[in-house]
Amino acid sequence: MPTDGPLAVRMADVCKSFDGVKVLDGVHFEVLPGEVHALAGGNGAGKSTLMKVLLGAYRRDAGHVEVFGRRLDAASIHAAKAAGVGMVYQEFSLIPTLTVAQNIFLDAEPLRAGLIDDAVMRRRAAEILARMEVAIDPAAEVGSLPTAQWQLTEIAKALSQDARVLVMDEPTASLAKHEVDALFGLIERLKAQGIAIIYISHRMDEIHRIADRITILRNGRNLVTAALDEITPQEIVAGIAGRELAAQVSYGPRSAAREGKVLLDVREVSAEGVREATFQVRAGEVLGVAGLMGSGRTELARALFGISAITSGAVVKDGQPLRLASPADAIRAGIALIPEDRRLQGLVLDHSVRTNLTLPMLASLRRWGLVAVDKVRAMSEHLIEQLSIAVARPDAPVRLLSGGNQQKVVIAKWLGTEPEVLVMDEPTAGVDVGTKSEIVRIVRDLARAGKGVVVISSEYPELIAMCDRYLIMRDGRVAECLDAREIRSELDLELAVQGLSA
Amino acid sequence: MTALAAPPKDKDRRTFTWPDIGIDWRRDIVYIGFVVVFIAFAILLGDEGFLSTANLLNILRQASIVAVIAVGMTFVIGCAEIDLSVGSVAGLASITTAMVISRYGLVAGIIAGVLVGLVVGAINGSLVAFVRIPSFLVTLAMLGVAVGIAQWVTDSAPQPILDSTYTSMFGSGTVGFLPGLVVWSAVAVAVGAVVLKKARFGRQVLATGANRTAAEYSGINTRAIKFRVMMISATAAAMAGMLYAGRLQSGRFQFGSGDEMNAIAAVILGGTALSGGRGSVIGSLFGALLMQLITNGLILAGLDPSQQQVVRGVIIVLAVALARNK
Repeated sequence: MPTDGPLAVRMADVCKSFDGVKVLDGVHFEVLPGEVHALAGGNGAGKSTLMKVLLGAYRRDAGHVEVFGRRLDAASIHAAKAAGVGMVYQEFSLIPTLTVAQNIFLDAEPLRAGLIDDAVMRRRAAEILARMEVAIDPAAEVGSLPTAQWQLTEIAKALSQDARVLVMDEPTASLAKHEVDALFGLIERLKAQGIAIIYISHRMDEIHRIADRITILRNGRNLVTAALDEITPQEIVAGIAGRELAAQVSYGPRSAAREGKVLLDVREVSAEGVREATFQVRAGEVLGVAGLMGSGRTELARALFGISAITSGAVVKDGQPLRLASPADAIRAGIALIPEDRRLQGLVLDHSVRTNLTLPMLASLRRWGLVAVDKVRAMSEHLIEQLSIAVARPDAPVRLLSGGNQQKVVIAKWLGTEPEVLVMDEPTAGVDVGTKSEIVRIVRDLARAGKGVVVISSEYPELIAMCDRYLIMRDGRVAECLDAREIRSELDLELAVQGLSA
Repeated sequence: MTALAAPPKDKDRRTFTWPDIGIDWRRDIVYIGFVVVFIAFAILLGDEGFLSTANLLNILRQASIVAVIAVGMTFVIGCAEIDLSVGSVAGLASITTAMVISRYGLVAGIIAGVLVGLVVGAINGSLVAFVRIPSFLVTLAMLGVAVGIAQWVTDSAPQPILDSTYTSMFGSGTVGFLPGLVVWSAVAVAVGAVVLKKARFGRQVLATGANRTAAEYSGINTRAIKFRVMMISATAAAMAGMLYAGRLQSGRFQFGSGDEMNAIAAVILGGTALSGGRGSVIGSLFGALLMQLITNGLILAGLDPSQQQVVRGVIIVLAVALARNK
């Protein structure tokens, strides 16, 4: 497979900093034509930054980028595209109201007498799709197609622009098993046509099935580049997992929380993206939910909080099955959700810290039917103090706070409702190191105070620092339920998530 | 058209609440509504002269000015923006044309009318696309500013147009048996329909309206697109004002007042999504025709204007509710 021609991609000594923090530190990355090259690394290892440099979305601070021997100097999406780099986006970049053919040729439509020649466009789209050997009707509206076909349309769009390097970021996250097989078949065919594929994934089984070589990044530096037949899954996982603990937190033995009363008994619950999940949440424990992207973690939280409907099974509390048809039901049942996207789902950014803190409990802060200002003030002061939120003026918009303090506001606002069970989805995402360890402490404190806390996170060091038990999710199911004593390091957890033995 | 060709496999993916017989309700409700209402009136109001050529031409004539505005509005709404200033801009264009004709003659008057549209469009477009103020606010302000200027410079007085070349060209004359107004709006609709459906610009407008980020990633300069749709809308509104002036042989600041709501209703009835990304100029034309048809029928049925408004409101909500896709 190695050829004498130029490399498909050559990146050398690439450096990139954000606000003085080095995200890429002299990274080398080379991809051969006709090769599937996996790019791996933990969260924050620098994978997506490296790819954004390649795609011209970020300007590199130093280093050298070549695509098929052609130097790319400026940070320009157009120049990268012209050199043959195509990206299959994780969040899809298609127009749902246009057809497949219209999307493939968007802004590059074949014209005749100044007008779009739809017939030629459809025919050329059909040719590209035929070359990919996929059965998609070019005249179908994209919004009406299943997600797997959106992705294929994205690939077709990249190919129509003569892409010779395709970057795929977690392409299988939202695909079903047979769709993954179809995608891999397509990748093989593209490979045979000499197209280089950079495959970003956390899934060991997929990397082993599809990739020729792998490059692992750690903390913005090269850790290793190796051919797949020279490296074991365990070695790869160790490479991904072995990053320095971001927060100064580590596993400390905890008194077993086994004695706590069962707060929630989840029995064979199925919902969108969740299949027959069975587990219990006990008072005084932190239950960690770990799994790869698309494994059903977030979907589980949505079902517990009444956002997506539970189609079968039951959530039982105090011997009574709960009715969880809406978030209001869940709040009444003593369940609070601290959502994944705090800016979108957790906060009203333009409202004051005070208003945000007291939003879920306005009913209890009334006097003669009106919101009592003094009660709001007292409650918000109490919460600000309890979580030591650094806020100069509680009446200033919450938008002005740092990410970490915003996250604390989201947690605090739910504490005010005195929930018994807190479900936290990625509570430490996008917050600084100091706040991370504070959030870990807050979670432990909550458990000590007798709450049941369910933490969903892909930040394994934090999970290990705070959890008493782990649910490992895979394909929407609870694959395993592990005790903290069985998971002593990030590596143990990563192996469990991947379904590998140490 | 494309939806009809979709293979069966894709069809069961669609979330129609209606039986799927190749009808996209959101897109086609306006045509179905038009035919149904037309037949109903033909049966119920045949004796009142509903089917007479004079009455039918009257419907066409009365719908045509709103149809011109609706062509521009289709681009704006398809691009996920809104233009509330169109009615006022029509009024301003009508008095500008009238006043300039009386002082500087025919050609200068026509140029001045068009200029009103271009200037207002450039202001609206710059504020929306480059200063990034929501179009709702920009055009709400412009609604007041344009009509205010028109009333101020005319001292609220109508401005007569004595130039018969102008009035017969714009609105009062006929081409064959067709009223000139109808010909003008037919031209506007034809150009608008081709541009939206077949030109690259039209595709860019809809892409920007559906998913601005994705459009940007596909290489589309979405700011330029937003600027241009505001220009198109204001220019169409100015053209409508010039037609008012020609038909009523004068310019008045009140001309066009309330037309923004009729045009928006026509566009939405015609299947253009208020959230952008989907639009049809022909649909908007039929939206305008359907509303005029209903007004006409209600007049023949003897309802007074207050009752007409109520019935029209109910029909619009009903039609849009029926057309809901999801």
